Amino acid sequence: MKIASKVYTALVFIFLFAPIVILLVFSFNEGRSLAVFSGFSLKWYRELFRDEATLTSVRNTLLLAVSAMVISTVIGVAASVGIERLRAKWLKTAINTVTDIPMTNPDIITGISLMLMFVFAGRLFGLANSLSFWTMLVAHVTFCLPYVILQVLPKLRQLDPALPEAAMDLGCTPWEAFFKVTIPEIMPGIVTGAIMAFTMSLDDFVISYFTSGAGFQTLPIRIYNMTKKTVTPKMYALATIIFFVILALLLISNLTDDDAMAKRREKKRLKGKS
Amino acid sequence: MSGAKSRRTAVLLGPYSVWAALFILVPLFFVAYYAFTDNSFNFTLDNILKFFTEQSRETGSRIYLDIFFRSLKLAVISTVICLLMGYPLAYIMTRAGERAQKIMMVLIMIPMWMNFLIRTYAWMTILQDTGILNGFIQSLGLQPIHIIGTESAVVVGMVYDYLPYMVLPIYSVMAKMDYKLVEAARDLGCNGLQVLRRVILPLSIPGILNGVTMVLIPSISTFYISQKLGNGKFFLIGDAIEGQYVSNNLHFAAAMAFILMVILLAAMALIKYLTGRREYEGGAKA
Repeated sequence: MKIASKVYTALVFIFLFAPIVILLVFSFNEGRSLAVFSGFSLKWYRELFRDEATLTSVRNTLLLAVSAMVISTVIGVAASVGIERLRAKWLKTAINTVTDIPMTNPDIITGISLMLMFVFAGRLFGLANSLSFWTMLVAHVTFCLPYVILQVLPKLRQLDPALPEAAMDLGCTPWEAFFKVTIPEIMPGIVTGAIMAFTMSLDDFVISYFTSGAGFQTLPIRIYNMTKKTVTPKMYALATIIFFVILALLLISNLTDDDAMAKRREKKRLKGKS
Repeated sequence: MSGAKSRRTAVLLGPYSVWAALFILVPLFFVAYYAFTDNSFNFTLDNILKFFTEQSRETGSRIYLDIFFRSLKLAVISTVICLLMGYPLAYIMTRAGERAQKIMMVLIMIPMWMNFLIRTYAWMTILQDTGILNGFIQSLGLQPIHIIGTESAVVVGMVYDYLPYMVLPIYSVMAKMDYKLVEAARDLGCNGLQVLRRVILPLSIPGILNGVTMVLIPSISTFYISQKLGNGKFFLIGDAIEGQYVSNNLHFAAAMAFILMVILLAAMALIKYLTGRREYEGGAKA
């Protein structure tokens, strides 16, 4: 049984990583083939760094992801606190139902729906092409918001309501109590939500595809346009770089964070108690 | 005092309410509006009827209904394969040591965060008639297979892209499961299969449902996977919508999006209703 499950796990991971390994290996291929390795070369990496359009799209993607992350985190955290405070149950249910929509609807429908509204509004204002950086930003904030709220709300439920009350008894105004007590207490949820928003925005293709204009290309859109034709291996070089960046980020956050942070937090708590 | 409090709640909730109304609800209204109007925005049912009735001139089959049912079929097949592949993996993960679990977690998440366009493109080159797969098959002395452009190739792509979305929700539910229940069932004389059927499976149903929706919805609406691994014509409903968008037929694109949305909403409501009732019954019995 033990051996069987090890073999099974290995097979699944081979399936998951086979295409990635092939991309990694063939990004160093001298020739263009993805089937025959004709010799080691770094020329596709050199080509990648000479490709202005791709580099611009990387910058655009980061700009968009950071903006979407900041806006959706600010609005989302405020909204979560508001939702948690609501007394009217029907209103709570209504807001939660609407928040669920972008998460359960297929991306293609979210994309099409926003596109139709932007196009319609564009016609109304007499714009020939209303799709731009701004429409993409609106779209990205919209699909990021539910993930922020989803991360922050549970943390608020765990928060002891006596804490902000105690702060107010000690002379804080309600807003001071909010910023000095509530926000620091729910910080882990805020950080996870912000990271999720950032990565969702970074990785999104479908919604971007429908809401982007000709002037502003993100990396996924650039990759889509590249894969319409036969691809040069510089895209594999790009995939390889992305792979190592993600690997590093995931290892840092998953392997060090939990152990070290948990220990540090525990220490802090013990100190606070004594 | 309570007035000030509710004013603060309104300040906190205001921006989001406006945002959600403007950019979640109003766009959905526009889907319906475009779906039921023609190019000069007069009411019409033609777009909706076209979806259900348009026939192919050569074969007489219903074009868009066929596309829809093909999407449904491939999405269901992919979801079932993901479940069959992912469920054992999620279980193995929960039984592994802490460090091994974390490493497997990272390994599952890496493909998720790597751009799916590049990974799908890689599958296209692997599955090509002259690709690595056929090179491998031929080196074993076997006949090469033709898979690119078939429904099987699309299923491979879907399973590959969405398998992590099946594993993670099931894993997160199973990881919280009290393993003592399994031991108790064993002590009470259950064999391995009975433990699975009577203890592990019922407890992991929320994870399974989550995983199924997370795989089914993107695979029924994908267009990139089918464009790269399918035969290039309008293969799935996502392709059909995207194709109408590209050729600027926004009203018909909206009609298809509307129909897809209604069908999915109905399906999800049904799932929610059925599972909600089951949980209730389970609670009543216990």
